[in-house]
Amino acid sequence: MKMKKILIIFAHPAIARSKINAAMRGAVEDLGGVTFHDLYAIYPDFLIDVADEQKLCQAHDVIIFQHPLYWYSTPAILKEWLDLVLQYGWAYGVKGRALEGKYFFQALTAGGDTDSYRKNGLNTFTIGELTAPYRATANTCRMEWLPPFTVLGMHRGMSDEEINRHAEEYRRVVTALRDGTFDMQKAKQNEYLNSNLDLTIRKV
Amino acid sequence: MEHFLLQLFIFLAAAAIAVPLAKKCGLGSILGYLLAGIVIGPFGLSLIGDIEEVMHFTEFGVVMMLFLVGLELKPSLLWQLRIPILGMGGTQVVLSSAAIGAVSLSGLPWQQAVAVGLILSLSSTAIVLQTLRERGIMNTSPGRSIFSVLLFQDLAVIPILAILPLLATVAVIDSGTHGSALFDTSSLPGYLRILVTLLAVSFIFFIGKFASRPIFRTIASTRVHEIFVAAALALVVGISLLMMAVGLSPALGTFLAGVVLAESEYRHELESDIQPFKGLLLGIFFISIGASLNFTLIGDHAPLIAAVVLGLLGIKWLVLMITGTLFKMPRSERGLFAIALAQGGEFAFVLFQYAKVNGILPNDVVEPLISAVAISMFLTPLLFLLHARLTAGHDGDRQDRAADTIRHQGNRVILAGFGRLGTDLGRFLIASGIRPVILDHDAANVDILRRFGFEVYYGDITRLDLLAAAGAAEAELIVITIGDVEKARELVHLVQKHYPHLKIAANASDRPAAYELMDEGVAIIRRETFGSALSLGQDVLKLLGMHPYEAYKLMRIFRKKDEDSMPELYKIHRDDEEKYISMYQQHNADLEELMKMDLDADMEEELDKAWSVGKLEG
Repeated sequence: MKMKKILIIFAHPAIARSKINAAMRGAVEDLGGVTFHDLYAIYPDFLIDVADEQKLCQAHDVIIFQHPLYWYSTPAILKEWLDLVLQYGWAYGVKGRALEGKYFFQALTAGGDTDSYRKNGLNTFTIGELTAPYRATANTCRMEWLPPFTVLGMHRGMSDEEINRHAEEYRRVVTALRDGTFDMQKAKQNEYLNSNLDLTIRKV
Repeated sequence: MEHFLLQLFIFLAAAAIAVPLAKKCGLGSILGYLLAGIVIGPFGLSLIGDIEEVMHFTEFGVVMMLFLVGLELKPSLLWQLRIPILGMGGTQVVLSSAAIGAVSLSGLPWQQAVAVGLILSLSSTAIVLQTLRERGIMNTSPGRSIFSVLLFQDLAVIPILAILPLLATVAVIDSGTHGSALFDTSSLPGYLRILVTLLAVSFIFFIGKFASRPIFRTIASTRVHEIFVAAALALVVGISLLMMAVGLSPALGTFLAGVVLAESEYRHELESDIQPFKGLLLGIFFISIGASLNFTLIGDHAPLIAAVVLGLLGIKWLVLMITGTLFKMPRSERGLFAIALAQGGEFAFVLFQYAKVNGILPNDVVEPLISAVAISMFLTPLLFLLHARLTAGHDGDRQDRAADTIRHQGNRVILAGFGRLGTDLGRFLIASGIRPVILDHDAANVDILRRFGFEVYYGDITRLDLLAAAGAAEAELIVITIGDVEKARELVHLVQKHYPHLKIAANASDRPAAYELMDEGVAIIRRETFGSALSLGQDVLKLLGMHPYEAYKLMRIFRKKDEDSMPELYKIHRDDEEKYISMYQQHNADLEELMKMDLDADMEEELDKAWSVGKLEG
């Protein structure tokens, strides 16, 4: 079976101060078939090269947005990226089929814990509800949407073991996606991509 | 020598007194000169001697004026004007000659009537162009039409000179030489004469197109300004001599040279060098016209001369109105067109003299006609005033036109200095669709840049006349990238004084230079090396392993803090200076102040405030 190519579009304006994102990055950066693309490093002045970005997207089968959840959304540069790169006639519209059939999901980290992302919690809405715009975006671009890989509760503080566990899970998901051992249909039923990993990843 | 100086003094002093007075009364400089001439002339205080000699010499001002007009007319523009020149000019000259000739037939034999018609059809280039300039209508559409007709008239002088001898009826009194002093082509057979003439014209083209650039560059590189002036004058005088030698109008020759040089980078410099000479010569020329008015003759033949003046102005006005209509000139412009060209011209003096000498017209015909021409010239500025008065109130048309010229020439940037910094700045502006007028005083630099299609002109930008020639009156802003802060200050002074509307953006070589520009009240100042220093700093942070975005952010924060601190540091710097500390101490004091500021600025903290909650992270 042909290996899938994976593009991780990474957006964190202060990676030096984010242990979890650094760990997750470290866990996947060196994997074969994976392109790790740090937007803030490549475009510190936000001058995004649209043609380059589009070529990059077309050369991959899975597109992941890895980012912290800022104000229920992405860091600023990722919004800029969406605004510029997903052009009409390329990403959407009758003739915009460049992204058709590619898999898309977010790998996000957030400060609040699971309880806060509930109807009666501090944040009022669930992660699934809050990430609806990205689901809609994937839909408009005819992409296969998957639930977000979610790491919550960063504000409580997180032990190194816990961080490493999340990073390792991230690595498992990305590897399984690449190798075609990930059960997309089962995964779609879950709230998060990283819930019940033992059920969604087939043993080879 | 003493006599010459005395005469010179009388002319200059008369001009210096009369022109400001006339301007004060709203009459324009030409009327001032003419009045000054009457006052110092034989019928006034009788202060001057040989008027005709003076008039003859100062006619050269007209030649210089046409050279300057040529400099402002690129060949492409001239080509655009070919229909007005040939069409309007031709119609005007032919119809005016015919009409004036027909009227003259009532009192003169036909040969004389033809001669009078031809000579009086010409208008006064000197007075009209000067007035158009002064009133700022040279580049409007009626201004262009008027200029086109004048240009055709200058061309027409050549065939008129050829036709006149055929009309001789009177026995020749004086068969003195009228050819050139250098080389008389009239002794050559016809075909050779044409050949020599063509050669002379192509020589002018060759000089302007190919030889002028290396010559001017060599001269400019000596950086002795008066030598450039000398070369410019030599060029104009030399071409005039050449033209006279082959029997062409010198004005026409220098006009051609001007057109050829209109695309040269030395254009502004030539313009500002010739300008004062032209102005003075023309002024004295106008004075001599005023002085030449023969009031005894005018008194004796008052009714006749009055009739001739009115007839001349009336007929030419009518012909011009018809010409304007034929060429579909807008109604509102026709009036100005007709008024502007209705007078007789300075060529008439020359041609009447020529006609008298060659036995075409008798003296008793010539004398009153010359007076009539002079009076009509005298009346022209008054007619302009009258026209302006009459049309000032009532048409909205004028406003449309004014807006048009602003749109056409506006939005311009003058880039003063095209050195290391100016080059990149100029490239950036051009790439952004802004075409600045670039001025630089390094001749070699100018030459190379021109080859790459930049609009670069050679000249010392701190001269007011060059600033004017670069279009400072219409420009929107001036960017000063001169390394020498003294020069930059001088330029800032000049701009603030004469063109207060111009926005100023300046480059300063270092911090003290920036302070000096701040003394002048310049608001937009960039320190030359500051941007590069910060960019290098950003690179260093990246090379040390810092995330590129953080390096970028730190650079931005530092830049902002530095800019914010400028006013305060400026104040401290000036306070220290009042204590008369040495320059070396001053430098140390400044540096100390800077370092204190940098150590106090906790940029890391500023960076930390975003994207994190306390010391935790998300």
